[in-house]
Amino acid sequence: MSSLGAKVQKVFEEPGCATNQAKQSRERKKGCNKQLAPGAAAGGCAFDGAKIALQPITDVAHLIHGPISCEGHSWDGRGAKSSGPLLYRTSFTTGMCEQDIIFGGEKHLYKAIKEVVEKYNPPAVFVYQTCIPAMIGDDIEAVCKAAALKLGKPIVPINVPGFVGSKNLGNKLAGEALLDYVIGTEEPTETTPYDINIIGEYNLSGELWQVKPLLDELGIRILACISGDAKYHEVARSHRARAAMMVCSKAMINVARKMEERYGIPFFEGSFYGIGDMSASLRNISQLLVDRGAPAELLGRTEAVIEREEARAWERIAPFKARLAGKRALLFTGGVKSWSVVAAMQEAGMVITGTSVKKSTPDDKERIKELVKDDAHMFNDLKPREMYKLLKDARADIMLSGGRTQFVALKAKMPWLDINQERHHAFAGYEGMVALIKEIDKALFNPIWEQVRRPAPWESDVTPEELCLHVA
Amino acid sequence: MARVIVGKKHCTVNPLKMGQPIGAALAFMGVANSMPLLHGSQGCTSFGLVLFVRHFREAIPMQTTAMSEVATVLGGFDNVEQAIVNIATRTNPSFIGICSTGVSEIKGDDLNGFLKVIRAAHPELDHIALVDVSTPDFEGAFQDGWATAVTRMIEELVEIPLVETGLSRRMNVLPGCHLTPGDIDELRDIFESFSMDPVFLPDLSGALDGHIPTDFTPTTLGGISVSQIRSMGSACWTVAIGEQMRGAAITLEHRTGVPYVVFERLTGLSANDALMAFLSRASGVPVPKKYRRQRSQLVDAMLDGHFHFGGKKAAIAAEPDLLSAMSHWLHEMGCEIQVAVTTTASPVLEGIPADEVLVGDLEDLELGAQGADLIVTHSHGRQAAERLGIPLFRVGIPVFDRLGAGHQLTVGYRGTRDLIFDVGNLLMANMHEPSPETWMPRCPEARDLVTLQMPQ
Repeated sequence: MSSLGAKVQKVFEEPGCATNQAKQSRERKKGCNKQLAPGAAAGGCAFDGAKIALQPITDVAHLIHGPISCEGHSWDGRGAKSSGPLLYRTSFTTGMCEQDIIFGGEKHLYKAIKEVVEKYNPPAVFVYQTCIPAMIGDDIEAVCKAAALKLGKPIVPINVPGFVGSKNLGNKLAGEALLDYVIGTEEPTETTPYDINIIGEYNLSGELWQVKPLLDELGIRILACISGDAKYHEVARSHRARAAMMVCSKAMINVARKMEERYGIPFFEGSFYGIGDMSASLRNISQLLVDRGAPAELLGRTEAVIEREEARAWERIAPFKARLAGKRALLFTGGVKSWSVVAAMQEAGMVITGTSVKKSTPDDKERIKELVKDDAHMFNDLKPREMYKLLKDARADIMLSGGRTQFVALKAKMPWLDINQERHHAFAGYEGMVALIKEIDKALFNPIWEQVRRPAPWESDVTPEELCLHVA
Repeated sequence: MARVIVGKKHCTVNPLKMGQPIGAALAFMGVANSMPLLHGSQGCTSFGLVLFVRHFREAIPMQTTAMSEVATVLGGFDNVEQAIVNIATRTNPSFIGICSTGVSEIKGDDLNGFLKVIRAAHPELDHIALVDVSTPDFEGAFQDGWATAVTRMIEELVEIPLVETGLSRRMNVLPGCHLTPGDIDELRDIFESFSMDPVFLPDLSGALDGHIPTDFTPTTLGGISVSQIRSMGSACWTVAIGEQMRGAAITLEHRTGVPYVVFERLTGLSANDALMAFLSRASGVPVPKKYRRQRSQLVDAMLDGHFHFGGKKAAIAAEPDLLSAMSHWLHEMGCEIQVAVTTTASPVLEGIPADEVLVGDLEDLELGAQGADLIVTHSHGRQAAERLGIPLFRVGIPVFDRLGAGHQLTVGYRGTRDLIFDVGNLLMANMHEPSPETWMPRCPEARDLVTLQMPQ
């Protein structure tokens, strides 16, 4: 466990993380793992985070070494899409039993890896460590090493027992595993000056495919997306990219930074959410590629595409203005990501009346202030009960948030739109913003709201005749 | 008689099974104003929580002791104490049900002992009922966690009755975890029609039936109250539904003297006839007209439906009691059970109308389901069903890709009638249309002749 402890410490010291760099050295040592309050905690564990980050690699067998609960309760739960292989949606676990705990689970794990390789023949097996085998001292690194030798395939240990920390830490440890065992282990057959990596994009609901056609049009090749719709060999060869974009900044900054350090791949932090952000990202990608030697004409072509796509998007959002003007939205979600959508909502005439800044950095907060002027409330820690009251009192027309608060809105009979990980709609790129505005419109103007808010016949003084009027 | 076979694989592929801790947590959700608490790392809770949210489409109260690596090594007493105090101050529950996990079990945390110490140190928590249950992930399955949690609630909360209760109209009903909130509502109607006063332990019908509360609550929205649990000794009968609840019923009888009856299942004509006969005799009330009509409707549905069920081959994967209910019912409708897969040991398995019952996973189901007409399992069967091109009827937990999982009925005459319609419609929709090739000669010599005459 000591090597894992060292790894966790290293991840905490991530120099690429702005929040981390702002800290004093003693505080930095404590890491970004906030001590959780028992009985008042929410969120996933490190194993959860690692699986979120790596499971989108579509042709790999993801094998979870642990009792049934870790994998049995969570498999096939996320909407990362694949353009080809479907093995990532098949669930593999050792499902440890009491016998394993008494005698150790290493042999069981080895046999499981062997079975997976024999039955499914994947290009690689990723083996995830969980709390229980970590407690009894199963050395998955050793088992994976032995299995890789015997079976002649990359068997990659992902050392992420849940109790070492949060989902976010798990993302980073997953990244470390890729750096240690996968990235740079193979060579691409050919490279072009237009090869990029996209890091921290998971292709949820197929969002990568909302962006990819534009890159294709510009002749920019995604050498590897880490990890949305990725294949093992793509990730293994990703060290030959000319530039990289880091999408979900908190999750995989260590991957982007270390790839720059080791392979000289420059990266920028960008977002595909929001029209302005999308354009900026395209610009940045092209600029980085040109800096690395791609022909400068790429810049001009990029500007042309941006101009055309922006115009098209605004044109398609414009018709919603009349319907959405003045509608008040509450925006509750972590980090900067959601903030990228504000411009589109404002363009459609909507007003942001409140937002949470719990997970936002001081920079984020400044940016939020700038975006919404002074007319929005910034909530630091809004309890569900208060959120419910806010909605019940109709101090907003719609809430955009993650699944966790879904029922707070719905039980208050308030339109709600999922803008978090589990959502079913793709909101990336120019296409995504138009889709978002359409979804908001659909949610707001659904005819159910007027019906479900009406009092029951026994709750009001209306006469039967008046009730009949509604029916007519 | 089925042979029960335990799979010999080293790697579980596409799990059917879920763990004990969340089975117990769900049982605790059937108590009013309750907060289930998992003593483990935060992932133990968050995975279960997300699973239930997707299944019930409701907010799910569930907390964690948030064990860190260090706390796991040193022991979790402080975390359990803090969690209970935090939950008490933040959500003001009447009941906290604490489930162990593999993490705390391997460490050897003595939850029951912890609670005694916490009780003594925190008199301000006296009004909150605390029940612990041992539910290691590495043993048993969801159904076992649920059943053990119910037994533990009986042991910890039910009071020994002071008066003779044979004349009471109260009946205790102990539903297995395969019953939905909708099933419990249906059973309540049935029991009340016999002028009985049923209490359900646990009662998911108030907690997870998807209704609109008048105000926000961070704990369960409904369910059996702690005082109702305490007074379960005043009932005239305990009715356990599903073999899994036998242990709880026996515990209750030992404690209170209330006699019990176990209905292994309540799906199908004969199973419900047995329930009606029992209720009529126990209550002294003749079977109400409503159920005479419903029985007649079920018989008619069986007559209309049997054409579509007869000779069909079904592949079923479910926890033992649900497997038992579904396979017996399908068998009674004329289906052949081609493959039966389950999660954990149970006395009902040998009685399943199949050659063998495999304790296994959905890979086993997929292999065995080749050529079947129907797959019956939870939503995770969707990939197998798609690959095999066989219609999937979703039962059990989780059902995350269909609406109304909390209201799916499998009990009662009416529930069985509608089940015939739902499954029958699925079979009808997948009837194979004949084509000119359908009756192509099957014997090799004849086929050769036909091929010869075909233009090349």
